Amino acid sequence: MVKNVVEVRDLAVVRGEREVLPGISLDVAAGVTGLLGPSGCGKTTLMRCLVGAQQVRSGTVEVLGEPAGSPPLRTRVGYVTQAASVYDDLTVAENLAFFARVLGIDRAQVDEAVAAVGLDDHRSQVVGRLSGGQRSRASLAVALLGTPDLLVLDEPTVGLDPVLRRDLWDLFHRIADRGAAVLVSSHVMDEAERCHRLLLMREGRIIADGSPEEILRGTGAPDIEQAFLHLVEGQGEVL
Amino acid sequence: MSPRITLAVAGRVLTQIRRDHRTLAMLLVVPCVLITLLWWMFLDLPGGLFDRFGPGLLAMFPFIVMFLVTSVTTLRERSSGTLERLLTMPMGKLDFLLGYALAFGLLAAVQSVLAVAVSVGLLGLDVQGPVWLLGVVAVADAVLGAALGLLVSAFATTEFQAVQFMPAFVLPQILLCGLFVPREAMPAVLEAVSNLLPMSYAIDAMQELVGAADTAEVWRNVLVVAGFAVGALALGAATLRRRTP
Repeated sequence: MVKNVVEVRDLAVVRGEREVLPGISLDVAAGVTGLLGPSGCGKTTLMRCLVGAQQVRSGTVEVLGEPAGSPPLRTRVGYVTQAASVYDDLTVAENLAFFARVLGIDRAQVDEAVAAVGLDDHRSQVVGRLSGGQRSRASLAVALLGTPDLLVLDEPTVGLDPVLRRDLWDLFHRIADRGAAVLVSSHVMDEAERCHRLLLMREGRIIADGSPEEILRGTGAPDIEQAFLHLVEGQGEVL
Repeated sequence: MSPRITLAVAGRVLTQIRRDHRTLAMLLVVPCVLITLLWWMFLDLPGGLFDRFGPGLLAMFPFIVMFLVTSVTTLRERSSGTLERLLTMPMGKLDFLLGYALAFGLLAAVQSVLAVAVSVGLLGLDVQGPVWLLGVVAVADAVLGAALGLLVSAFATTEFQAVQFMPAFVLPQILLCGLFVPREAMPAVLEAVSNLLPMSYAIDAMQELVGAADTAEVWRNVLVVAGFAVGALALGAATLRRRTP
């Protein structure tokens, strides 16, 4: 059995008045795991817990055997927020060079990361003048620095054209082939087939956990979107 | 804390400012223009009024400008997600704050060299103490402004709010710093308040330096300003949370 990279047990998070995660448990192993669910179901909150950016009420989150967010993990986990968290007034290369210095890694990795997201031709351009898709790829490139063992990507493919989406999914698989765990969230169900494993989420709970084939077989649905509807309406569980 | 990361932050902030030509020009040119305006305004009046008010203005520029610039830029870091990302990396809170303080302190040094050169060289401001010490006071003021700007940015959720902190936090200090009414001539309550405000010591340092030239007194005031700056940075560090609700 593959060792889990992420282990979440009975995690409860309250934001404001709302109980976003009522007590969720899940594992993430190496490979590409898709976290799918409608907007507002708690995907972002869960991801923030994994990188140690979220205040939690109770429960435990372990990443690579350490409590999430603890100092040894800060160079081993790459995180991409939904909004591109890069500096608009710096060039792509300057942004990456800065984050590389913060991480204490070699400048050579900057070129690799720029190439990996296909921004070679834009490396000297100021990020604020790039298109939305290019900006989010610049943000993704930052997360690739230091070859992290866990990549947490919050809707990295939103608003990208189909060719770019395919290229990025290929990239996620290349990273996973290296032995890393890649957790990708999306509210677009048609991205499901590109994952080794799926976590379907709704209202702060995991309603299904398995490979795309297992989930389709378990629900008898023709695609993941139908399977999701089936699970919600039938309240069935596939585990 | 690591010097590598602190310097990375400072270098990055300076690159950002360098790229913004208009901001850079305003940071450096506006103080010189304003101090010239003050000199011109008092030109036909007797009594050495420029020598009385000039030093105060030299102390105020770095404070006000750095307060504004830092409160807006750090707010941007908070709202764009870059701060959240940095805090998931091996970035110490002090690295972040000191990086900013370093960058803006350096900028303030350049700014005050220009403003002092114009005041002393062109406008004939009469400085009794060593001129270089004016630069030290200005940098201390700038770091104080930056530290307070960092602190208040934690309490603003929009850039509009951040800018409003300037009249709320800075104007009272300007009114009570002793430039308009000597501090000992104020009503007792206001004098006591004035004694608690960092700007009062910044102005005292400048006026002492220009007028009486008691350098020990200047250094004492500079130390008080620096103490306020350290306190504001410590409070600012407390507002930087790795985990947010």
